[in-house]
Parts: sequence; C-alpha cells; structure tokens
Amino acid sequence: MAQGGDGVSALLEFDNVSRAFKGLHALDDVSLRVDEGEIVGLIGPNGAGKTTLVNVVTGVHPATDGEVRLRGRAITRLAPNKVARLGVARTFQIVQPFPRMTVGENIAAGALFPGVACSMHEAMAHARELADRLGLGDVVDKSADTLTLAKRKRLELAKSLAMRPKLLFLDEVNAGLNSTEVDAALALIRDIAASGITIVVIEHLMKVVLSISTRLVVLHHGRLIANGPPEQVVRDPHVAEAYLGKRYAAAMAGTAP
Amino acid sequence: MIYFQVLANGLVLGGLYACIAVGFSLVWGVLNVINLLHGSFIVLGAYVAFFGYNLLGLHPFLILPFAGLLLFGLGYGVQRLAINRVITAPVLMTLTLTFGLDLLLNNAMLVAFKADYRKVILDPPLGSVVLGPVYLPLDRVAVMLLALLLTLLLYLVLRSSKIGRAIVAVRMDREAAALMGVEVMKTNAMTFGIGAFMAGAAGCLLSIIYPISPLNSSLFLGKAFVVCVLGGLGSVLGAIVGGVALGLIESLSALWFGPEYAVTVSFTLLIVFLAVRPTGLIGKRGYE
Amino acid sequence: MRSWITLALGAAALAALMLTGNNYFLRLGTFFAMYATLALSWNFIGGLAGYPSFATAAFFGLGCYASAILQSKGLPMVPAWGVAGLAAIAFAALIGLAILHLKGHYFAIASLAIAEVLRELVNTQGHLTGGGMGLNLPILKLGVEQQARVFFVAMLLLATVTAAVSIIVHGSKLGFGLRCIQQNEDAAVMLGLDARAHKTAAFALSAVFTGVAGAIYGNWVHYIEPSDVFDVLLAVKPLVMVLLGGLGTLFGPVIGAAVFLLLEEVVWRSFLTVHAAVLGALIVLLVLFLPRGLAAIRFGWRKGATA
Repeated sequence: MAQGGDGVSALLEFDNVSRAFKGLHALDDVSLRVDEGEIVGLIGPNGAGKTTLVNVVTGVHPATDGEVRLRGRAITRLAPNKVARLGVARTFQIVQPFPRMTVGENIAAGALFPGVACSMHEAMAHARELADRLGLGDVVDKSADTLTLAKRKRLELAKSLAMRPKLLFLDEVNAGLNSTEVDAALALIRDIAASGITIVVIEHLMKVVLSISTRLVVLHHGRLIANGPPEQVVRDPHVAEAYLGKRYAAAMAGTAP
Repeated sequence: MIYFQVLANGLVLGGLYACIAVGFSLVWGVLNVINLLHGSFIVLGAYVAFFGYNLLGLHPFLILPFAGLLLFGLGYGVQRLAINRVITAPVLMTLTLTFGLDLLLNNAMLVAFKADYRKVILDPPLGSVVLGPVYLPLDRVAVMLLALLLTLLLYLVLRSSKIGRAIVAVRMDREAAALMGVEVMKTNAMTFGIGAFMAGAAGCLLSIIYPISPLNSSLFLGKAFVVCVLGGLGSVLGAIVGGVALGLIESLSALWFGPEYAVTVSFTLLIVFLAVRPTGLIGKRGYE
Repeated sequence: MRSWITLALGAAALAALMLTGNNYFLRLGTFFAMYATLALSWNFIGGLAGYPSFATAAFFGLGCYASAILQSKGLPMVPAWGVAGLAAIAFAALIGLAILHLKGHYFAIASLAIAEVLRELVNTQGHLTGGGMGLNLPILKLGVEQQARVFFVAMLLLATVTAAVSIIVHGSKLGFGLRCIQQNEDAAVMLGLDARAHKTAAFALSAVFTGVAGAIYGNWVHYIEPSDVFDVLLAVKPLVMVLLGGLGTLFGPVIGAAVFLLLEEVVWRSFLTVHAAVLGALIVLLVLFLPRGLAAIRFGWRKGATA
C-alpha cells in the first residue's frame, strides 16, 4: 500500500510497525513511506493513532514490532534526543515551552541541543533571526509564559525550525486558532516546505489538510486504511466509513458522483 | 527448621510494619506529600499510651482510640494551617516544610519528656507460647493482630464511608473529584488527619514492645519509607504487602548477616527498588 | 564580569579576617566557607537542574571517611583531600546511574537513603573505619592559631573554587541545559538534549566539592564518627541556605549560608536546648512566607512559581 514519488529518495519508512499498550494496539501493522519534499496530511478520527505514530518515530514510545527507517537507517528503538539529532522535529498539541525562559532562549535551545549551533552566542543569533521571520521579533525578550496562544504555537514552530530538521511533524498546530490565524499558519507551512523541509501535518480541519497536502494518509483504530492523493482519498468509502460509520457511508456512496 | 521461626518473626513484624506505614502511604499517595512528621507522630502516640498506662492505669490497647483521636486533631490542624499552603508547590518545598515541622515537634517532645527511653511494662506480662518449632511472644502477636485489624478497618472506612470514598476519588483524579463536588481542601485535611490517627494508634501498639523516645522517630519513619516503596503507594494492600515483605527480609537478613545489618539491608533494598521498580510490588495508585 | 569582581572582593574581604588574629572569627569564617561550599554545590543539582537532592550528607561523609582512612594508611593530608574529591565524583556518577532517572519524591528519598546506607556501612566495617567508636585523624604539628589559619585558608580556597565553577557553569551551555531540564525536561529531550549526561554532570559537581569539604572538616576536628558526618541535617541545611538566599540565583547560596550561620550562632548561644526547634521554626516560616528567599525582598516579588 505504500506509495511514493518515482526516483525520489524515501525519507521515512515504516515497515509493519505496531505499537501496543498492554494488548491494545495503538498502531497496528502500519507500513508507509514519506518521500523528501512531500507535505503529507495524516488524518483519522480521534484515537486513530496519529500522535502515537509521531511518538513512535521520535522515540517517545518505541515500536513494539516492525522497523522504522530514516533515510535508510533504522531508528526503531532510538532515544528521543538521538532521533532529534538525526533531523526529526515535532510540535506538540499542547505546547511545551520553557515557561520562565525568554522567547529567544526557547528558540535558542532548539538550535543548541541538537548541535546545530555550537555556542550560546551562535544559538541566540540564530534564534533572533528565526523569531523575526516568524513574527515573534517583538516578544523575543519576553518570558514565554506571557505569550498568547497563537504566539505560543508559533514559538513551538520556531523551536522546531531552529533544529534545522529534515522531517517535521506538525501535531494539530491549528487547534485553538481563529480563521485568520489559520490562514497565516497555512502560508507559513507552505514557506517551510518550500525551504526544503519534509512535513507531516496532523490535522482535524479538512479545509487545512486538503489545501496543503500533496498526499493523504488515513489511520483508523491504529491501522492504515487509505494512502494517496487527496482527491482520491476523500472519495474512498473506507475513509467515509471510518469518520461517519457504516450507515452514513453507504448513504453517501449512493449519492456521491 | 529455624526458618519457621524466621517466617513467624517476619510475619509478626510484617503486620506491625504495615500498620506503621499505612497512614504514611495514604498521605503520600493521596496528597503527594511525604510526611516527615510521621515518625514523631508515632512516638507521640506511644507517649500517650505510656502516660495513660502509668498515670491512669489504662491498658495501651484501650488508650488506642484516644491517642488516635488526639493525633488526628494534631494532624488535621497541621495540614489545614501549614501544609495546605504549599500543597501545589514543588516537592522540595513540602519536604522541607514537613522536615521543619518535625524538628519542632521532635524538639518539643525532647524538652517535655526527655530523651530517656521509656517502656510500657505490662503487669501482669502476656508471656509467650510455643507452637511446634516456633516461639511466639504473645505481646508481639497481640500487637500484630491488632495492627492488622486496624489496617483492615481503615480499608473498610476507605471503601464504604463518604469521606473514604472522597479520599479515594481525590487520589485517582484531584480535578475530577473537585468538579464532582468533593471539597478537596477538607478531604486533604481529613486524609492527613487519618494518617496521623494511624500513626498514633501504631505508637500505642508499639509502646509495649519497643522502647519509647523522641530519638526513635527517624527509625519508624525509615521503616515507613521502605514499606511504601516495597509495596506501593496509596493503598492498604500495598502497605500490607510491603510490611510483610520488609518483615520477612529483615528476619532473613538477621539470620544470614546478623541483626546489625538490618538497616543497611532495608535501605539498600529501598534504593534497588527505587532504581528498578519505584512503584513497588503492587504498583502505583497515587502520585509519582 | 560583575560576578567575578564580586567573588574576588568577597574572597579578599573574608581572607582579611585572618588579620584580626581572632580565633573565634576564624572559626566562624571557616564554617561560613564550608556552608557556602555545601550550598553552592547543592545548587548545581537542586537549584539549576531542579532535582531535590538530599545526598549532600552522603558525599560529605564519604569524602570525610575516604580521606581519613587514606591518611590512616599513610597518605599525606592534602593529597588525601584530593582523592576524597575524586572518590565523591566516582560515587556520584555510579549512584547517578541508578537514581537520576527518578523524579520528585522518589529521587529525594533515594538520595537520602544513600547516606543511610553509607552510614550503616561505616558503622559495621569497624576494622577499617572505627565503626561507631569513631576515627581519630592525625593532628598537625602546629600551634593552635596556626592550625586555625590553615583550615580557614583551606575552606576559603575551596569555597572560592566552588563559587568560580558556579559562575562558569551558570553562564555555560551546561547551565542553560540544566535550566531547561528543570523547566521542561521532556521538551528539552525532544529538542536533542542528552539529559542523562547533563544530570550526571550536575550531580557529580554537587558531589566533588562537598566531598573535599568533608575531608577538610575531618582534619579540622581531628575526630569523626558516622552519626556526625552522615547526619541528615547536613543534607537539609544547605538546602535551607539556598532557599533562604534565593533558589536558582548565582550567589543566593552564599548569602543564605551567611544568614543561616549568623542565625545558628545566635540561636545556639541563646537557646541551646531548643535550637533544633528554632531551626525548625525558621524553616517553616521560610517555606510558608518567603519561598523565594531573600532574593524576593531584594528584587521585588517576581511573578512565576519558585523553581
């Protein structure tokens, strides 16, 4: 079921990956591949395993079965800080700043810890530049716990970008944002992709996911049930069933073009 | 055959240790507070028994409810007035606070009662009984049985009384409990008070077999720690399992290494358990 | 830069105590330097990293006995102090493997238990350590005043070195990493931080100077016993000093040590029988009403919870 572009190298590969918690499979035999340059939308009903997938890649909850590869190298049971150093970054649904440090210091941490910057000085310079780019220039010396939610989300993003990742997981970056803020966030994501970072977007808002993804992957009860171009996946009856249940899906099938 | 004696010793100690630890475990598991006053509470309960027996002629087992209630009041007050203010603060703060409070209480007892070791000498003494290869001093057996009874009573209170169920609710999920209408502050104080009650009661029971002095309070506190880590926090079952485990281990190590190594062995075990299985044999029911 | 000047001035001012030739002041000064060392050391793991360590007594006692035993086997005094420091680092690294993955209360108890185990080990291995009878250390062949000066200088040097290392660490990548660990360890790890290495470094730093302090203390008092050098109060006092001076600040531990020592002297002289209670009361008042320590008074009530 894995699909990817022709001749383009695979950045992330999942081979029959499972993650079980005491018998409950949060991820069940998932195989997929993400190529460089893609923006993959990862969707599915609540509890489908989307965040677990990110946790498995980043080493927070190692896979109980199967293999995960980054650029061909197995990273299946690697510690989170090591995965980060290999160029994988993620944002959290519930933002995780260093509350009593300034915005600048927060972003600098993202440059310093994975080894992108070698000194505090370099990291701070890098941080100020990123802060300006992401519209946080005016709060760069303010303490992180004084920020509004929208700015905190952007701080989260800035920290991840400071890591100069190859692969970036965006976990519900738009939760809690209003319509204008969402549009701004989308433009930002497109910019990031244009700068050469492969992105996996976990989203609930269909509008968001459909407008920026080059490919959609759908999870349901931990299993991969669809994987392909957005227009195709949206019409997949299995996807409709997962979101709406059998009856409505059948009704839809009767009326869909 | 000596192992039967070791087993008996271990079980008898175990029941006692369970009672010493259960109040401590409850407070830690439910309030996420390590009550460093616990040892001193036990000693205070023992003094109540001592004075009750020597001045009023009442048997420590009869004094038990009064000692318990006295300590309950003290515990409730301490929690309400002092500990409650820092209950959401980091671990460092609550530990330091209870340490300071314990210094106060312990010094007060030293000044009031002096450091001399006292003992309740029962008259007439309970004697002992011999069951096959096993020699059982009856005072220890009586203490163990009462300790277990008390512990089981606590279990029933937690299961069936209104305040008991409130305590368990707070232990499981503080915020949800508050949303359900449980008065968390009052429940906190009641929990601490109950912990103090158990400590006072344990002290009463201990008074007939251990020497009493404020200098002993850290000894009891140490036991409570080890029992909690061995057995698991916040549950009566954890305290019983941990208590019996510690009792048996101490008995065995007294046989194999000599009694002077008892403390070393139990604390080494504490560290080992913390390193590999901090939630104890039964598992975590309370906070981290 | 300001910190270095402050340190230099402070050390010089203290050294000037020697000129007074007053043994009582020298004794106080030596205690102050020792307390400052212990408090500054604790600050690495407790203040910066935010891990509530009660291992100070363990490292102090370990350094003390390591040095004493080596000297009883013929090693000269100062090298013995050095080896004590090394022993403390090695021990901290080893124990760190077992307990640094713990958090909160569990870490606190584990660190406290270490001192208990060490104390009992010393008690039971009497043939090596003198056990409960204690151990005598060689007395220097110097006059009383000379001795007082020697130990004063030794402790002062130690305190100065500890303070210097503190300044360096607070401004370094290590210090930054530790502060991040304290505020959100999981986030720091996700960004690529090797938390284990950082925590071990902090723990080792909290051990080395404490161990040397213990070693110097042993020679200073000539006679040591387990309940004295492994006393749990030795674990709690540095903590109280840091709280007093301001948790997480650079010189807070030093200020706290000074204030604490003064209080202790006054109280000991006036309330001998209840001095423990007075200490207890001080601690209670501190935690309940002044959790940010004296730093709060100096800088105003900063918003945000204490570390």
